[in-house]
Amino acid sequence: MTAIIEMKDLTLSFGNQRVLNDITLQVEEGEILALLGPNGSGKTTLLRVLAFLLKPESGEVKFQGEKVTDKNAEKMRIQSTMVFQKTLLFSTTVFNNVAYGLKMRKMPKTVLEEEVRKALKLVKLEGFEKRSAKKLSGGEQQRVALARALVLKTKLLLLDEPTANLDPKNASVIEEIITTINHELKTTIAIATHNMFQAKAMPQRIALINDGKITEVGTSTDIFNKLSRNLAVFAAVDNTFAGSSKITGAGTTTVDVGNGVQIEAAFQKQGEISVFINPQDIILSKKPLESSARNVFTGRIVEITDMGSLVRLKVDIGKLLTVQITKRSFNEMGLNLNYNVFLTFKASSVHII
Amino acid sequence: MDEIISGIIRAFQLIFSGDPSFYGIVYRSLLFSGVATILAVLWATPIAMVLGLKNFRGKSIIKGFFTSMIGIPTVALGLFLWLLLSKAGPLGFLGLLYTPGAIILGEALLVTPLIVSIAVNAVESVDPEMMNLAKTLGASESQASIAVLKEAVNGMILSNAAGFNRAIAELGVALMAGGNLAGFTDVLTTDISNLTSRGDFSTAIALAIILLAIVFGINLIIVVARNPRILFILGRMPQ
Repeated sequence: MTAIIEMKDLTLSFGNQRVLNDITLQVEEGEILALLGPNGSGKTTLLRVLAFLLKPESGEVKFQGEKVTDKNAEKMRIQSTMVFQKTLLFSTTVFNNVAYGLKMRKMPKTVLEEEVRKALKLVKLEGFEKRSAKKLSGGEQQRVALARALVLKTKLLLLDEPTANLDPKNASVIEEIITTINHELKTTIAIATHNMFQAKAMPQRIALINDGKITEVGTSTDIFNKLSRNLAVFAAVDNTFAGSSKITGAGTTTVDVGNGVQIEAAFQKQGEISVFINPQDIILSKKPLESSARNVFTGRIVEITDMGSLVRLKVDIGKLLTVQITKRSFNEMGLNLNYNVFLTFKASSVHII
Repeated sequence: MDEIISGIIRAFQLIFSGDPSFYGIVYRSLLFSGVATILAVLWATPIAMVLGLKNFRGKSIIKGFFTSMIGIPTVALGLFLWLLLSKAGPLGFLGLLYTPGAIILGEALLVTPLIVSIAVNAVESVDPEMMNLAKTLGASESQASIAVLKEAVNGMILSNAAGFNRAIAELGVALMAGGNLAGFTDVLTTDISNLTSRGDFSTAIALAIILLAIVFGINLIIVVARNPRILFILGRMPQ
């Protein structure tokens, strides 16, 4: 495989803070590469360097073998595009938003209209052309932003946490679109994420990034199977726990993750393992639920993060569990910091990593 | 109260009088202030874009300067221009004193700080990522700046309207630099001042009402042009 982007010894600081530290990494043509790391690890900054929006203070970036300099950065930007984590749309119609990049490229009107129509179809927003972009729902806005990038058919597509602020249904739509364009259009994609589950499912390769450094690079299999302990401890990514597992008489596995927390999983594995529970698979309630789920814990809400239509809560059950609920549910339940709540999830929601 | 009523009646009389000298005064007011505002917008907009988008040493001092100059007394500016443009002044060779050009130049300078200050706020209120977004979609630096300008358009229109309002309502520059020459550099504000000094209050009040009506009318047109739904909503209001 040929490298579309080659980075060597990149460093970048904001003021006195070193944000990227001797980054050496290649992005292969046609692959999906995930940059996996916690918030503040440097993923977004690295993506911006790849988007030629930021210039490293030292090191070298090559795009298709050509070194990126101040003089050719504008030309290089035509060949890549980035979708930001925070959805940003122009104050105009969906059509004009999606068409913006094509107008910058002086595409003829009839061709432009057809390309916009195709892009909207790809993101399942047919018929939305004349609607005001800023009046759409969060998920629809993110899809408009994605269509605006996809319509350009650039060689490199950079996605910064594309599903971070979306509910599971919209997140799933976005992930499906990303996989489709990689398979069908062979678009090279670099995606920054802190979502372990997403990082496992979509990309061909994963680069682990922490404190501005690339700590590991490998295929999904390498990272999640062989390097699982490093992955679990290196970044305190949400709902990732290392512990000792024992197979129970019922054919499930109990994983002791410390502090008296024992998680029951549907797989059978004995020994030291790492597990992950998707925040979206956990049900939060004010009273204990009577259900078939094997895992029921009680804990105290210690952190609340507003993410638009969703709310992320961290609940201390002895270990910190991250739960994601809709804002509507959050308001209806009248939740707040230090509230005691119950967390319920199935054994099948526990994934071995 | 009687004087105000007679002023209103006089205003309607003037509007329908067919008097060319009256129409000339209104025309000159609109022309001088309109051209002055356009001139100010032409140089204020790039200044506002730089101040709104870029970070550099001394930026806050420059912003502070423009903000503080918003309230410059018009008569002080008028006097300053008179000194510059008079025959003995450094720009006397231009022959601008007591001409429409002097009023236009003076009013353009007068409203520049106001337009810059409001426009800077408008540009700064646009998400700072907008420039990067436009660039990552293939825009050049100037194209990206235009994208930001479009996002700030409501604020820019407000700044332009505020500039025009200040220009057409000022007296000091028109009087000192324009000279209030009848049929040449007299405008609504200088005439109001003249008539009041002569004791012709009803005509002065009439011209003041007309000036207010012009300012109100132009701003209403701008509001409706930006949001035509207002007419629909007003049409559906209960009787």
